[in-house]
Amino acid sequence: MENLETILQQALQEFSGISHAAELEHAKARFLGKGGLITELLKSLGKLPPEQRPAAGNRINEVKQAVEDALIARRAALRAREMDDELQQEALDVTLPGRGMQQGGLHPVSLTLQRVENLFRTIGFTTATGPEIETEFFNFTALNIPENHPARAMHDTFYVDDTHILRTHTSPVQIHHMLKNAPPLRIIAPGRVYRCDFDVTHTPMFHQVEGLWVDRNVNFAALKDVLATFMQLFFERDDLAFRFRPSFFPFTEPSAEMDIACFNCAGSGCRVCGNSGWLEVLGCGMVHPNVLMHVQIDPEEFLGFAFGLGVERLAMLRYGVPDLRLFFENDMRFLKQFN
Amino acid sequence: MKFSESWLRTFVNPDLSSADLAHQLTMAGLEVDALESVAPPFDKVVVAQVRSVEKHPSADRLSICCVDVGAKEDLRVVCGAANVAAGVKVPCALLGAKLPTIEITQTTIRGVESNGMLCSAKELGLESDLDGLLLLPPDAVIGTDFRDYYELNDILFTLKLTPNRSDCLSVIGVAREVAAITVSTLKVDEPTSVDAEIKDQLIVDISDKNACPRYCGRLIRGINMHALSPVWVVRRLERCGIRSVNAVVDITNYVMLEMGQPLHAFDAATIKNGIHVRFAQAQEQIILLNGECVTLGPDTLVIADHDKVLALAGIMGGLESAVSDATVDIFLESAFFDPAVIAAKTRSFSFNSDSAHRFERGVDFASTRSALERATRLILDVCGGKVGPVTEEKGKLPQRTPIQLRVERLSRVLGVALDVRTVSPLLRRLQFSSVIENNVFFVTPHSYRFDLAIEEDLIEEVARLYGYDKIAVVHPVAELCMLSSAETETSVDALKSIFCAREYQEIVTYSFISSEWEKDFSPQRKPISLRNPISAQMDAMRSSLFPGLLGCLSFNLNRQQSRMRVFEVGRCFNDSQPGYAQTERVAGLCYGRAAPEQWGSDKRNIDIFDVKADIEAVCTPNVVRFESSSHPALHPGKSARIFINNVEAGCLGELHPKWQQKYDLALAPVLFEIDINVLNRRELPRFREISKFPWVRRDLAIIVADDVSAQTLLDGLLQEKAPFVVDIALFDTYRGKGIENGKKSLAFRVLLLDTQKTLTDDVVNKAIAQLREILEQKYNARLRE
Repeated sequence: MENLETILQQALQEFSGISHAAELEHAKARFLGKGGLITELLKSLGKLPPEQRPAAGNRINEVKQAVEDALIARRAALRAREMDDELQQEALDVTLPGRGMQQGGLHPVSLTLQRVENLFRTIGFTTATGPEIETEFFNFTALNIPENHPARAMHDTFYVDDTHILRTHTSPVQIHHMLKNAPPLRIIAPGRVYRCDFDVTHTPMFHQVEGLWVDRNVNFAALKDVLATFMQLFFERDDLAFRFRPSFFPFTEPSAEMDIACFNCAGSGCRVCGNSGWLEVLGCGMVHPNVLMHVQIDPEEFLGFAFGLGVERLAMLRYGVPDLRLFFENDMRFLKQFN
Repeated sequence: MKFSESWLRTFVNPDLSSADLAHQLTMAGLEVDALESVAPPFDKVVVAQVRSVEKHPSADRLSICCVDVGAKEDLRVVCGAANVAAGVKVPCALLGAKLPTIEITQTTIRGVESNGMLCSAKELGLESDLDGLLLLPPDAVIGTDFRDYYELNDILFTLKLTPNRSDCLSVIGVAREVAAITVSTLKVDEPTSVDAEIKDQLIVDISDKNACPRYCGRLIRGINMHALSPVWVVRRLERCGIRSVNAVVDITNYVMLEMGQPLHAFDAATIKNGIHVRFAQAQEQIILLNGECVTLGPDTLVIADHDKVLALAGIMGGLESAVSDATVDIFLESAFFDPAVIAAKTRSFSFNSDSAHRFERGVDFASTRSALERATRLILDVCGGKVGPVTEEKGKLPQRTPIQLRVERLSRVLGVALDVRTVSPLLRRLQFSSVIENNVFFVTPHSYRFDLAIEEDLIEEVARLYGYDKIAVVHPVAELCMLSSAETETSVDALKSIFCAREYQEIVTYSFISSEWEKDFSPQRKPISLRNPISAQMDAMRSSLFPGLLGCLSFNLNRQQSRMRVFEVGRCFNDSQPGYAQTERVAGLCYGRAAPEQWGSDKRNIDIFDVKADIEAVCTPNVVRFESSSHPALHPGKSARIFINNVEAGCLGELHPKWQQKYDLALAPVLFEIDINVLNRRELPRFREISKFPWVRRDLAIIVADDVSAQTLLDGLLQEKAPFVVDIALFDTYRGKGIENGKKSLAFRVLLLDTQKTLTDDVVNKAIAQLREILEQKYNARLRE
């Protein structure tokens, strides 16, 4: 019986040295198999005197249990190692690029337009559209710009035929909308506009957003509030300094030009702002009574304000684009910067 | 409008720096576009006289000058200018002077010591076409600081005037405005009339007194045309951007800049029998001062004599009647023309003039005569001569009727509570004459204001003097009303997102393209041409978005891109309806590899079936069908018309090989174009029962003639409405080995489903047999073994 301990030690030692599942099963047979050492010991119990048998049997069973436990543990360990090996072999270079389509993206003008529309939608402005080949009547006359008025010359108009032009601003959408809808009205009208001018700071086509609010209680103070808030939210700058100064548009009276403090120099004057410290961002004003009367709205009952902002200008300031012409070259190296 | 500050300050002199004055003008609506010094900074330059000139002993081109600079001792200065001479007066930079480009120190030039520098205009940073020393008039006082002498400590103001403010197209006009803005005193003397010394007079006959409601003129005889314009006149003109011509012309320009009234001087010898203000006769011609010969029509107002046209009224004088060195007698004109008459014409000429610019915006009709008097005085002072009496003809001048300004309306429009006590002084500062009744002002505008007609105009006047910045921002108050949102209409933004998610990059191209593109791509239509295009490359409105996409492709292929997926949303134009059809469309272009270059991706090039999948995706859940077709831009065998819910919506295909060749593309791009207003509709989703029973799939593999399209077969099968068949789809096609020439093999997957019970083989077989029969009988197909 004294060799029981030796057998146990021998089994533990042998199992721990085995690294293949098949070998482990061979070793198992040597100890626990039909002719195994422990099996033989159990068989030899009969040769002992009856009074010694229970104690010896217990001893042998304990050792047998210990050997079985060791075997199970070793089996599990070997299986785990095998799986580790297998996984290691399956391992990929996860740093290789992903497969399939990439992501496209919107043009910066669209990004800007969406931002403008989203912000104005929050206070109930809906989007209206109008034709790009427009009549002189809608583009000028209905907006209080009579024929031969010097203000028409400011517009560098493209002519299509005797009565049609390419719209020079999105303001005619105001007229289309007011003819079809009764006040109160709150719209913005984004779109392409055209002027016969092409140099470093002008492209013959660009985008504007026209805004119009006609109601009983709108006024100049509200106009200032809406546009100042818009600019602060658009640029996400609560401290954005702004100013309104008198200007002239035939379809608004009083008229104003809105400036914001130059981003580049914070108002001290630089090349970007032409040393003025201010950037002109939009034109606006109270809708001229003649315009309201043209569309059968009583200017005594209703007041309105309108504004027009240049989309490329906003995009340039927002994204730091230095040259207007980049927007229409459609260079992929430019466009993909906005994806 | 450009003017010098020193001139302005002779009329109004507020205690403000140039920058502060500019700021106040800008904030009152007269935007100051630029403030610039007349000259760059420099110092220690004085008026000097060259006493004597000797040749430099060792340099041919240099002179040694003895120069009187008003100091005890004369200076010795070496000078290289060709126009140096004894006796001339010139600016001289003293030792230590810092000029824009150099600092003056004592130097030795080829062995001769030089103690200063005689200066040219350019060396002082002044604009000049002349080389050589800047010669000063003989009366310049030696030793005077040159900056003071030349009034160089002056600032040029450039105003970006809005077209309504014609009253500020003169220095006095701006001064009036400055006085109102800054609450300062205006010092303007009314010109005194000059008494006639001779009786000579021209008869003035106005045929349309509405077009020319006021005309003043007078003769001045025996003037000296060789008299030089005074230096101060020339300087002020130059600083306003007007070149000196001769004394008479300079003076008429000077008075125009000072008072805003354009004047014209005729050589009286060229006028036959008096002045006739009339509309031109058809085909009358005149050669203008700028040398241009124009043919006139009956809508052009002219100044004529009894034989010929002398000038375009208010726009430009004629060459023949212009004053010249030989002129002895002049006829000086000051008139008021109807702005509308002048404006109608200036747009039709290719040129503009300072005169037309003012007349078309409105000139003060109350100062027609005083401007003539002012100019007469100056001409007599400078050129001498004897003056005749003023001839004046008058018609109906513009009316200035009182405009009401309700204080309550003012407050309502501005959103700020104002009262009579606040408003009164503001109106007074603008020198309006007004009366008040029950909180309503009745304001009569001045003859120089052409922009005040209604109450709102006065509201703006009050607001801008009150200060736009002082009007506090107030959140607007309005009735809340929820906005509608149609679920059956997909927004353009949402459509764009689908393209972006499928790797398309959005582009924005010009709506005008070359008419050559139009002729190539839309030969069936006449292009919509622009009458005044920017260039031949942009002379027609696009009827398709394809040219812009292809232009973008070429641009980027030239910049090392090899694979492109781009789209654009925009209007396309054609003349199919009055006022032009202006349909919004989306179009896309794919070029190069089907997938981005990558270690594990397919390396094949894109084809129309890749792009078709994109179209099917963006059309979901609508039924989209493709029919082969021909399009002038596309490959006739590889293009299709797109139908969405049975409405024709666009096209898809490979670029036609001839355009691929013409535009030098290595591969054929795949293009598509779809109308947004068809694409953006969808049905509201409607629940359909989900079956508890499994579906049954059966495949039908057939061999059929090559020219039978898959869509034809699908349509035929679906039309059969075989019982329990819920879907039929094509899943395989094959041509080649095992299939005879002119035939192809197609495999359809048929799904059958009964929502109420499990399908039996019997039922399924019957349905499949029905489909099979159709294929065999109608399309001559043969089931594949």
